This record gives sequence, C-alpha cells and structure tokens, in this order.
Amino acid sequence: MFLTISTTGSAAGPATDLGFLLHKHPDKAQVFSTSYGDAHVFYPEAEAERCTAALLLEVDPPALVRRGRGKSRGGAPDAALAQYVNDRPYAASSLLAVALRTVFASAMRGDCRALPERAAAPLPLRIEVPALPARGGPALVARLFEPLGWQVTAEPVQLDGQFPEWGDSRYVRLVLEGELRLSDALRHLYVLLPVLDDAKHYWVSADEVDKLLRFGEGWLAGHPEQQLITRRYLARRWSLTREANERLELVRLADADDVEVEEIDNAVEAEQPEGEQERPTPLAVQRREAILAGLRAAGAARVLDLGCGQGQLVAALLKEPRFTEVVGVDVSVRALEMAARRLHTDRMGERQSARLTLLQGSLAYTDKRLKGYDAAVLSEVVEHLDPPRLPALEHAVFGAARPRTVIVTTPNVEYNVRWETLPAGHRRHADHRFEWTRQEFRDWAQAVADRYGYSVEFLPVGPDDPEVGPPTQLAHFTGGGTEEKKTHGKNGPNDTNDRKKEDAA
Amino acid sequence: MTGNDPDGITAAPRTLAVTDLSLVVLIGATGSGKSTFAARHFARTEVLSSDFCRGLVSDDENDQSASRDAFDVLHYIAGKRLAAGRRTVVDATSVQPEARRQLVNLAREHDVLPIAIVLDVPEQVCAERNAARPDRASLPLHVIQRHQRELRRSLRGLEREGFRKVHILRGTAEIDAAEIVTERRYNDLRHLTGPFDIIGDVHGCSSELESLLAKLGYDDGRHPAGRTAVFVGDLVDRGPDSPGVLRRVMDMVEAGTALCVSGNHENKLSRHLRGRRVQLTHGLAETVEQLAREDEHDPEFRGRTATFVRDLISHYVLDGGRLVVCHAGLPEKYHGRTSGRVRSHAMYGDTTGETDEFGLPVRYPWAEDYRGAAAVVYGHTPVPATSWINNTLCLDTGAVFGGRLTALRWPEREIVDVPAERVWYEPVRPLVSEAPGGREGRPLDLDDVAGRRIVETALMGRLAVREQNAAAALEVMSRFAVDPRLLAYLPPTMAPCATSTEDGYLEHPAEAFASYRADGVRQVVCEEKHMGSRAVALVCRDEAAAAERFGAGAGVTGTLHTRTGRPFFDDAGVTEAVLDRVRSAVAAAGLWEELDTDWLLLDAELLPWSLKASGLLRKQYAAVGAAAGAAFPPAVAALEAAAARGADVGELLARQHERAADAQAFTEAYRRYCWTTDGLDGVHLAPFQLLAARDRNLAGELPQDRQLALIDRLVDADVSGLLRTTRRLVVDTGDEASVAAGTDWWLALTAAGGEGMVVKPLAAQARDGDGRLVQPGVKCRGREYLRIIYGAEYTRPGHLARLRQRALGHKRSLALREYALGMEALDRVAAGAPLWRVHEAVFAVLALESEPVDPRL
Repeated sequence: MFLTISTTGSAAGPATDLGFLLHKHPDKAQVFSTSYGDAHVFYPEAEAERCTAALLLEVDPPALVRRGRGKSRGGAPDAALAQYVNDRPYAASSLLAVALRTVFASAMRGDCRALPERAAAPLPLRIEVPALPARGGPALVARLFEPLGWQVTAEPVQLDGQFPEWGDSRYVRLVLEGELRLSDALRHLYVLLPVLDDAKHYWVSADEVDKLLRFGEGWLAGHPEQQLITRRYLARRWSLTREANERLELVRLADADDVEVEEIDNAVEAEQPEGEQERPTPLAVQRREAILAGLRAAGAARVLDLGCGQGQLVAALLKEPRFTEVVGVDVSVRALEMAARRLHTDRMGERQSARLTLLQGSLAYTDKRLKGYDAAVLSEVVEHLDPPRLPALEHAVFGAARPRTVIVTTPNVEYNVRWETLPAGHRRHADHRFEWTRQEFRDWAQAVADRYGYSVEFLPVGPDDPEVGPPTQLAHFTGGGTEEKKTHGKNGPNDTNDRKKEDAA
Repeated sequence: MTGNDPDGITAAPRTLAVTDLSLVVLIGATGSGKSTFAARHFARTEVLSSDFCRGLVSDDENDQSASRDAFDVLHYIAGKRLAAGRRTVVDATSVQPEARRQLVNLAREHDVLPIAIVLDVPEQVCAERNAARPDRASLPLHVIQRHQRELRRSLRGLEREGFRKVHILRGTAEIDAAEIVTERRYNDLRHLTGPFDIIGDVHGCSSELESLLAKLGYDDGRHPAGRTAVFVGDLVDRGPDSPGVLRRVMDMVEAGTALCVSGNHENKLSRHLRGRRVQLTHGLAETVEQLAREDEHDPEFRGRTATFVRDLISHYVLDGGRLVVCHAGLPEKYHGRTSGRVRSHAMYGDTTGETDEFGLPVRYPWAEDYRGAAAVVYGHTPVPATSWINNTLCLDTGAVFGGRLTALRWPEREIVDVPAERVWYEPVRPLVSEAPGGREGRPLDLDDVAGRRIVETALMGRLAVREQNAAAALEVMSRFAVDPRLLAYLPPTMAPCATSTEDGYLEHPAEAFASYRADGVRQVVCEEKHMGSRAVALVCRDEAAAAERFGAGAGVTGTLHTRTGRPFFDDAGVTEAVLDRVRSAVAAAGLWEELDTDWLLLDAELLPWSLKASGLLRKQYAAVGAAAGAAFPPAVAALEAAAARGADVGELLARQHERAADAQAFTEAYRRYCWTTDGLDGVHLAPFQLLAARDRNLAGELPQDRQLALIDRLVDADVSGLLRTTRRLVVDTGDEASVAAGTDWWLALTAAGGEGMVVKPLAAQARDGDGRLVQPGVKCRGREYLRIIYGAEYTRPGHLARLRQRALGHKRSLALREYALGMEALDRVAAGAPLWRVHEAVFAVLALESEPVDPRL
C-alpha cells in the first residue's frame, strides 16, 4: 500500500519545497498512526531538481478484521473468508485515502504558512501508485483523471505470470503527471482512489456526503463522470446495508463451496443506491401489462406471483382492487426483503396489507399454502431453473397448487439477434439456465398442459417480429382442478351418488 | 345406557366406560358438582373448566359477560389437546344444545368420540352448594332452575346430538358411587405385536387365497409359529368364490388367528344384507348369487356373514403403533381416530371428485403427502407391483383381474405372493402403471424442509435446524442443487485439530494424536489431504439402474456434485464422462458383485483446485499476489533510496523485505493447487471414502483400512488415469515412536507442498470411554497451506499469538452434528427410505453449513 509524489524544480524554486508543502521534512522518516496501521512518510530523493515523497501504509490485517466484525455468536469472527485473505495490505484502496488525509491534512487544505504562494500555484507533479485497484480498468482511470488535467499512464498488472491464461488483475500501475496544485492533487486521490477501488468496505462514517462535497469542491461539479464518482463513492454506505441485511448464511454456503457469494446470492440485481432504482425497460412494462390483461380476462381475484423477485408485478396487482388477494412468493429472502421495502409494507394500511402476503417458498417443492388460488403468474422464472428440475416445478404448480389460470412468460431466444447490445450466442441474464425458441416453449407448454389437464394459448409480448417473433413469449394456461371439483360436487362419502362411484374399486 | 335410579337413594356402584381418546362433556346445572366429579375421576390437566377460562380472560371466574371469549379459549385449548391425541374433559354447564353442538363439532373435527356424562342433581342441592361458596352466594335461584329445565329437555336427545356414549347419573348418591373405566378404542391393537402376514384384496379368489396361506406357512388357518394374518378388506365380489373366502377368514378371525378390516365391498355387502337398496354392480351380483347358492347347504351362513361384515373395524393400529392396516390408506392424523370420516377414508380413500376417462373416481394421492412414522399397509387400488412409497404399501395386485395375490410379512417386510389362476374378472381400466405418487414418492413438500426443524438421528438423537439456516439452504437447494433424488449425501464439515503451541505452527499433528489418545482411541489413520474441491459421486451400474433406484432421467447414470449439492460440471456430458471412468474402475475391481449393488456413493476430492475454484482463485488469491507483487518492489526500492540518503528506515525496510517474502510464499502456496487442464486431461478424482451401496452404509460400518483397501483396488483398476490414490499411515496414539512417525510423515508431506492430512479413528463411528461419539476426523493443515487461509503473514509471532486464541468449540459441535446427519442420510438411502426422509437429512447438513462459524477453521 504505497504511493509516491514527486515534483521537479530549480534553484529558484527547489523541488524540496515539497517538504514544506506536505509539512514533512525531507530528511526524516516519520510514522503516523491510523486506524488500520502505521503510515510512514519518507523521501527516497530530495534534491533541488527533483524531490519524491513516499507514503507507505503498513496495514495491520487483524485490525481490518476487527473493524469489520459484525455482531456474531460468541464473538467469533464471522464473515466470508475473503475478509481474511485480501488485497488491503498491498493495494492502494480507500485505506490509503484515509492515510493520505490523516498524514497530509494541511497540504490537502492548501495550508502552508512557510510558502503560501507555492501552495497556491500549480507544480509539475508526478504521482505513482504501483498497485491501484481499478474497477473499470485503465480506460476508466483515464476517464477519471484526464479531465482534471492529468496525463495518465495506467498499465494493467498481470494476475499471475505462471498462468498467463488468467489474464490481467484489476490492478493498474498508475502514473499521473501534470501541473497541478498539490492540494488539488491530494484531493483528487482522496476521492478517486476509493471510487476506483469500488470495493465493499468494512467501515463507513455518517458524513460521507459532506466529505465528498468538501474534497470535491472546485473539481467534482464540472467532472464529466460526476455521476459515476458520486454513485460509487456513496455506494459504500449501501454495501454496508447489504451486510447488515444478515444474509451471512448464504455467504457461508458460498464459502463452503469455494465460490464467490455473488454467484449464489444473485436473485436480486446488483443493488442500486436509494433514489436510483432501475428505470423499467419498455419490455418489462409491456410484459406486466400483458400479464395483467390475462389475469383480468380470466376474472382472477386471488393471484399468486411465483418468483415475485422485488415485487414489481405485486405492486401493479395491488393497484387494482379486483385483485383481492396477492401472494408474492420467492425463494430468495433478499428478494423478499427488497419487495417489502419497495412496497413499503411497514407503512401499509391494514386493508391493503390484508390483501398482500409475501412468502419464502420454492417451486422445487409442493406447497400447501399455494393451493386454491384463481391464478398463478410465473413471469421470467422457468429459465432460471436447470432443465432437469423443471418437472418438479411443473408438478408443484400445475399438479399440486392447481390454480385455474397459469400465466408463464419467458424470453424468446430467437429475438436475441435483435438486441444490439447482446453479443451473439449470449443469454440475456447470467443466471438464465436456458432460453427457448418459440417452438421449444410451445412444445413444453403443450406437454405440460396435456399432462395436467390444462388448455394453453400463446401470446406475443413486445413487437412481434415477422422473422424472429416477439422478445417475450407468454403462455396462458386454463384449467386446473378447483373448477372441476366444484362442478362435480362432492358432499362427503355419505352422498349416495358418490358412493356409487367409490364402490367401483 | 341411561341411569335407572331416579331417586338417587340406593348407591349401587355404576361403571362408566370412557374411551381413552375422547372429548368428555360434563353436563349439569351450576352447583351440580361437575368440578368435584372431574377432579375425582380425571387428571387435573385433562379437565378444562369454563370458570377457569373466564378467569383467564377477565380476572373474574363468574363474569358471565366474558363467557364468549372464555369459551373461545376453552375450545382452542381443547382443540390443541385433541389434535395431540389427549383425552379432554370439558367442565362447563353445557345444558344448552348450542353449547354441546360446538363441542360435538370440535370432537368430530379432531376425529375423536364425544362422550356425555350428565350430573342430574336436585335443584335444592345445587342451591345449597352455591350458597356455601362466597363467590356464588348471590346467584339467583332462577338461574339454577333454568339450568335444570334445559337439562331435562336435553336428556333424551343427547345421542341424536352426536354423543357416542351417554352416561346419565341421577342424584348425589349415584354420582358419588360412579366409577370411570377407561376403554381402549376398537382400532387400537398396539399391544398386538404379531408377527403378521398382511394379505391384499382377495375378491373371492378362494383358491389363490388357499395357495397364498399355504405358501405363508398356514395350515388350515393356523400358523405353526403363531403368526397372525391381517386382511386388508375386499374379501368379496367379482371372484368365483366369495363365500369360500368369507368362511376361511371368518373362521380364522373367530379362532384368533386373523384380523380383518372392512373394505368398501364389505361395507356395501353389509348394506345389502341389512336390506338396504344397493345396486348390484362392480361384482356384487356375483357374490349375491354365490350366497344364494350357499343358503341351500348352510342356512346359517348368510346371517353369520351379515354380522361379520357389519362389525368389521375400518382400520387397526398394530405393533406398538408401528403398523397401520386399513383398506384404502389413511393419513397420519387419522391413525387411531374414530369418526365417520376416518372410517370413510379408511374404506374408500380420498377422491378428488373427478372421474377419469373410464368413469372411475380419481383418487387423491394421499401417500405422496404421507410423512408418518407408522407404516401404512393397504389395498383398494390395483397396482401391477407393490412398492413402498413414503412408508406406505399397497398390497392390491389385482388377483381377481389375473394379477397376483400378495402378502407382506411384518416385521420382516418381505413380500410373498402367488399368481392368479386366471383372469376372473375383466378390469374396467387397465391397471395403473404405478401406485399413486410414483415409485419414489415424489414430490417433496416444503413442509419436509422449511422452517425450524428437528431431525431424528441414530447417532445423536434429535438435531435442530434453525429457521434462518433452513431458509438459506432452501435457496441454494432450490436454485443450484442437482435433482434431490440424486442428492443422497452432503459431506459434513471437519474441525481442525486443537491449536498447537509449537513454535511457528498453528496446527500440528501432535495435538490430533493427543486428543484421540485422551478419548481412548488408540488406532488412527492419517490420510493425505488432497487440495482439490470436494466432490461426491453417485455412480450407477448403468442407466437402467439409475432410473430404477433414483428415478434418473434418460442418459443420466449418477451425479457428481459439490459440497453444497451443486453440479460439479455445468456440462452434463463431462459429468457422465467422469462417471463412466469411475464405473469402469468399479466394474474392473469387481465391486458391483462384491458389494452386491448396482450403485455406489463415493466421497472424493476432485483436482486441481483451480478447476472449480478458478473464479475465487483469480479474484481473491491471485489478485492478492498480484497486488503484493506490484506494490513491494517500488516500495522496497524507495526505502533503499531513502536509507541511502541517511533516513532512519532500516527497520521498516527489513520488515518490507519480510512481508514481500511472505507474499511470495503465499503466491507459491496457492500455485501448487493450480494446473491447466484440457477436457478431462489433468483432472483427477481422489476417492477417500465409500459412502453407501445398496442396503449398506459403508461409511458407517467399514473401518478406514478396509475402506482404503477397497479404494486402492478401484484406483488400481482404473486405466483412464482419472483416479488418484490417497496416501495414508496408521498411527498408534499410545506409542510414542508411532506418533513421532506420524508427525514426521506430516512434516514430509507438507514440506513437499502438501495441504496436510486428516486424522481419523481407524474404526467407523468411534466412541470415547463414556460412549460419546468422538470427532470422526480432524484436519492438520500444513504451515504453508494455512497462508491461503489466514493470510500471507500469519506466521509472524504477533499474528500467531492472536490466532492461537481461536475457539474451536462451535466448529467441533457442528462437525459432529453434520456427521450424525450425514450418517443418517446414508442409513436412510441405503435402506431405501422414502425420498423425503433422505432429503430431510441431506437438507439439514446444508442448513447447518450456514451456521455462523469462523470460516477459517
């Protein structure tokens, strides 16, 4: 965890003035204590022509862990293994930014009683950060620093020379060169190092917004990447919320399997800070409209949204009084938490909340709670299941729950060629286990309908391309057991008519 | 049933029969002595008094305005008791029909008998008693008079109201002299332990019945070993000789060598014989005709038959509650219960109300939902072959339709059958291909896994799974795991050995040997720990075996999954290729025959680690190495330059050199577990335990040396180069030289870049001197390997001192609990238990894996 700041000078304005500007004497090596370990400042060179100050933060890994430790049983350290083996001791992350501010606070403010005019003037600066974690790669590094007047050299660092096939790491060797005021340079680093790191942090303070405004003063407002900088800088707070969400159970299961938690806990799209919720795509709106139309036409009042995710459809259903009971089911506890937050269940009136139920459930199992509803919606759900596990879903929905109406939507893979942003052969979502052609979907739906005594119709959702069909395909199943049961009427085995049939065995 | 001592002067003792599971309603005016009566005859907790409930909800036992809430509470508690199968006595006046109606309904809802006991006491006595109680002294006389009036009006109608027993006690003398006798329910034959031979639907196939009885060892209706035959009903109709069957069964029942429950055909025959109008369909006509012929030479027979079929019980609970026999199947909540709907379900089953294309009722597949501990053996639905589904078995193999007549030996669970001599009756529809629910009893129900659960294990008794852990497991199991039918086992976690105080070491085998020695375990085996990814392989002999035993789909011969049940390879073709190589080795080693199985479950490590963990390696481990590699050289150079200028950075520089060396050691540590593979070239599977095969929990029964000997044969027989051996050394913990050899072995292993070793008791399921289960194994990880776990610099004295404070208790407890659950899963899968039973234990292991434990252990 290391960086150097160099400047050049002349007899008139010696480079060693850097020592005054930084308030650190070039001939001394000094130590400062920070929350995460000792920060050392020393000068590998200090000549009139050229002077370099180096900042080395010796991160104390146990301190990291201690600071990050949540409330857990018996005080045992409890989080992902990742927390113990990580790059924080080596990479120039937000910890280094904190050290910068601790060690060079006055310089960052531009205070220099000895040489006020030099502090106020641009210097020829060269800043080297040998291991800078940069999500977004060298290109983003350039986009962030160049508008500020830096000449940027960012070389990617290879992951492991022995395994060239692994490619580059997320670190770059950064060199910034330019004529800037030292205080500006330090403030750029203070804000942009964590922004590039964009990692989950183990710490956060309540005044992040203030800090951003203070250290971004004079340069952030006009920065072309202002939005990205702001979002990432403040996203840290959000990440903390995520950890506070206590989905540690999933973290542990991921750990047990040597996979990253994102691979397992991916039921909800990457989280966005409040106020920046996803803008619904036109297709999602059209899909919702098609589903609502289908439910209205079926006269459904009590509706299951199976795989409700963050509750977008549930919200739409609640807006229509005809849907007297809406049950959102998802297997992801996080998705349900998001849905509850989005629907503001904590502030919902009694009448409204009586219409709504959110349940953790799984379509890999039959579930008694799902019996007896008018309709069930499986919107963009089936493609998230491995094909060998589809029969269990079919049985749970069409065989056991048996609503009168079932509406299934799924992507039409043929349409993928029309998505300009989707590389050929790619699926629309990383967790899609398959995407069906129109024929495949029809074959599946028809077979399910035949097996479970439903009839099925198909509808396009979105523009129905003459060649490749619509982006989303919808199957509307009608049938189910409850209706039939009613028409047959069964008043218990004492009914003589019934007994005739039962005697048949 | 009614008392006949109106004056209550004489005190002849009355015995009142009260069924052991029933709702007893005491009926009497205020002051009639109900509470005293209840206290004398019933346990304190059996009695629910309305006064007490009034007190609960209003702080005043006499507050009549609280009656409504008080009765809500009373009914609620009574409901809970009845649902749990506990007799309940309601102590309230219950003189009004409406009050009693609610109680009768409550009894029916829980399928228990409602019983009325009336205390008919003169008004005067009631008044005197109330006057003696300060809280009731002010009760107006007209209240008692009203109660008496209502009581009198009720007396005659009680049976019509639904009370199955009515005892009326008149006068204080009769009340005082009354005695309660607890009666068993008719269906409760738990005290009979057999052994039994349960026989399926006979339908008048007298000759086949005689053959079957002979094959079962009966001689003229009597078994020399004293076994009891149990008929599941449907003795009559359709077949050639219903009277012959009836005579045989009635003789046996009368002689006490058989039991018989009522089938729907007996029920209909009974109605016919009692003169009800019944359609002579579904084979009844044949019986009627045969009975008419019988009248000629045995005029008594018809009457005897009528009594027999009328008195048949609809189901029996036998053998300490382990066995339930009825005609059409019975859900657990109805076992041992007594109500019209229980009887109806037992005889007719539950239909969905629909009819199929042959006009026959569609049956509700109750067995799919069945989760009871008792085996339910039944008939009613003809199936081509018997098979256990969720601990239920249908014995109707369509003898009359030309199938077989089948019996089950209990408790042996052996099937004995004889073929039909011919098709006696053409079936309306072909025999359904499978019993309800399919042979494996699919599907699983959410109630099998969700929420807080207790799983019963043979090794550690009842183990709890907490709700939030089950929720996480549900998510992973549903979204990522392989088909639960193929998921027979998840490996338990393993604790490390106790923390070492040896200089420079956090883990050292000396601790492992010492702790087993302390537990009294002498023989342990040290097994090399392969640094790969855990993989469990289910290998079937062929596709047919996989389909037959595990319900696998086409082209599937087993599975290869990770420790959380995820498929190891995304590509099913690669999985099959691996399975194929293992299968060849199993065949070449002759293990299919030797273990008499057509499937085998193996615990293994799949190498290299980089194959599965490449994402983690790149993002986590290699990244750390890359960052260190990029940061240290310039930092060290800068420090050297500063030192050259005379700055006091000597110590700092030395430290950076050390840190750089540690980081380099870290990189080298993970690199040992990475290599490039191409297809299956470079991929190795190192099996270290045979888990289970048909009828055998191999992990639970074979000691480690025999395990490894079998595995060595597999490895030797493998020509593909896939399988890798597991090096091992047996150590005697009581022998210093042997322990030293073990330590040296570990030092050599880890010095050569090995991950470390696992120390296990040689015997399977080892216990300590007190009979407690010991850790089934502990791991001793190598000093260098631990850098990957604890960080590059963990070996520095300051860090080590901190790390040595690690707490192992929870990890050790978790390891034992998961081990017990894993063994339970293996026991169950080996025994062919229903899918939900296996899945329950497997799911619990996954849930426990999400418990909060230091992930570095």
